[in-house]
Amino acid sequence: MTETMDIEKNVISLLKSHVGEGVEVTLDTNIIGDTKLDSVAVMDFVMELEDELDITIPLNRLADVKTVSDLLAAIKALRSDQ
Amino acid sequence: MGINERLAEIERSVESLRGNGQDPRNLWFEAIHSPTEATLNGRSTMLFGTNNYLGLTFDPRCVQAAAGATRMEGSGTTGSRIANGSYSGHTALEAEIAEFYNKRSAVVFSTGYVANIGILSGLPTHGDYLLIDADSHASIYDGCKMSDAQTVRFRHNSPEDLAKRLRRLKDEPGDKFVVVEGIYSMLGDKAPLQEFADVKREAGDGVYLIVDEAHSLGVLGETGRGLCQEADVEDDCDFIVGTFSKSIGTVGGYCVSDMESFHALRMISRPYMFTASMTPGAIAGARAAFQIIAEQRGEQQRLWRNCEQLYRGAQALGYEVGPQPSPVVALILPDPPAAVGLWNRLIDAGLYTNIAIPPATPNSLSLLRVSVSAAHSGTQIRKALDILGKVGHELGILPDRPMPQVLSGPVKVINGGGGRAIAAKAPAEMPAKGAAVPSH
Repeated sequence: MTETMDIEKNVISLLKSHVGEGVEVTLDTNIIGDTKLDSVAVMDFVMELEDELDITIPLNRLADVKTVSDLLAAIKALRSDQ
Repeated sequence: MGINERLAEIERSVESLRGNGQDPRNLWFEAIHSPTEATLNGRSTMLFGTNNYLGLTFDPRCVQAAAGATRMEGSGTTGSRIANGSYSGHTALEAEIAEFYNKRSAVVFSTGYVANIGILSGLPTHGDYLLIDADSHASIYDGCKMSDAQTVRFRHNSPEDLAKRLRRLKDEPGDKFVVVEGIYSMLGDKAPLQEFADVKREAGDGVYLIVDEAHSLGVLGETGRGLCQEADVEDDCDFIVGTFSKSIGTVGGYCVSDMESFHALRMISRPYMFTASMTPGAIAGARAAFQIIAEQRGEQQRLWRNCEQLYRGAQALGYEVGPQPSPVVALILPDPPAAVGLWNRLIDAGLYTNIAIPPATPNSLSLLRVSVSAAHSGTQIRKALDILGKVGHELGILPDRPMPQVLSGPVKVINGGGGRAIAAKAPAEMPAKGAAVPSH
C-alpha cells in the first residue's frame, strides 16, 4: 500500500470515528455539509489528525478545504513543505 | 445558500431553543441600580452574570473620576490614537499600567477584544506561528484570523501537547507565539502557567508567551496582577493582555511588555490605529480602578470568599460545576434545552446569569455561567443558591435530595490537561458553514 493510500485510510477512518455511526465517509464527503460536525468539532478532528500523521496543519491552510479530497491534497502539500 | 435563506435558518435554529421563555438576544435591563441589582421585565433582579468581579462600576471614586473627565474633556475623543484621539489621560493610564505591572511599556486599546486582535494581528508576521489553547476566546481566534502568521491549536491546558506541537515546528524559521488565558471564561479554570512557562523556556529563543488576563486581572496575584503574578512567572510572560470591562468596571483594553521597541506596535497594529480611542470618562474610570486595586483594600479577598460560597453551595445542591472555585462558576447542564429552561426560570425568579451553549462552549457543553462579585453580599449569595436549588428541583435538573457530603469532597475535573481536545469558545463567531473546514 502506498503512503498516500495509508494517509487516505487514516483520514477517512479518523473522520468516521468523529461523525459516528451511519454516516458514510468517502473522498467526496463534504466535511461540514455532509456530517453533523460543527466548526469546533472539525478543528478537534484536525488536531487529532496532526497527531496521527505527526505533521502541523495550520488552520489557515484549511480555508479552501471542503471535501475529504481537498483535505488530502492540503496534507500532501504540507508534507512536501515540512 | 443566499443571505436571506442563511439568516432565516439561523433564526429558526435559535427559535427552536427559545420555547416560551425569554429570548437571550432580546433582553435588556430597564434599570441598573448597583453592581448586583437591576430591574428586568419590571422586577427586581439579582445580577450574577456580569463579570463585574470587584464591583467597581458603582464605586464612587470611579464614577466621580469618569463624570469629572467627561465634563472636562467631553463625551468622546472622535478619533483614533494615532490621529486626534490621544489625550493626556491615555498616556497617563499607559504609564500607570506599566508601573502597576513593573513592565517597561503599556499600550491601551479601545476594548479588550481590540487589544487581542491588535496584538495578534500586529506582532506575528508572515512565516511566524501562533500556538493557541483550543479553548481560546473568540478575540484570540479572530486575532489569529487577521494575522499573517499560521495558527496551530493545542489541547486545552496541556503543556505537554504544546511541547509536542512546538517540537514539530522546531525546524521552522519563524517566531512562535504561544497564547493562553489566565482564567478561562466558560468553565472558570486556570491555566497551568508555570508549566507553560517551562515549556516556553525549554523551547528556546524565538518562542514568546502571550497571556490574556481578561478574567484574572484584580482577581489573582498578591497585588492583583493576575495569574502571571500568582504563578510567579511574570518574567516569562512576554506580553500580558487584558481588558477594562471586567474587574476594572469600564471599557477598554491593554497590553504590557518589557520588549524594548514595543511602542512600534502603534504603527503596525491596525486595530490600534483605525478605531476611535477610549472616551475620557472610560480612561478616568480605569485609572481610578487601577488605583483601587493597587490600594489593596480587601476586594480580592471578599471576591474569593464569595466564589467559595457560591461554588461549594452549587456543588452541595447537586449541580455539576466547573473544575475549580472561580469567579466564573459554571453549572454544567445535560443539553441546550435544559440550559435554556433553567436560565429562563431563574430570570423569572429574579436571578440573572449568563447562558452558554454549543458551539460557543468547550466540548459542546451546555452551561450557565454564574459570575461572582466582591460586591455580592452573603445574603444575596444565599438567596441565589436558594433560587438555584428550588428551580433546579422544579425542573428535575437536581437530584431529589441535596448532597451535602460533596462540600468537602474532591472537585470533579471536567477537562483535565490530558483529555480529548476541548472545543473553543470562538466558533460561535466563526464561519461554521462557509468553507467546509473553518478558515480558523
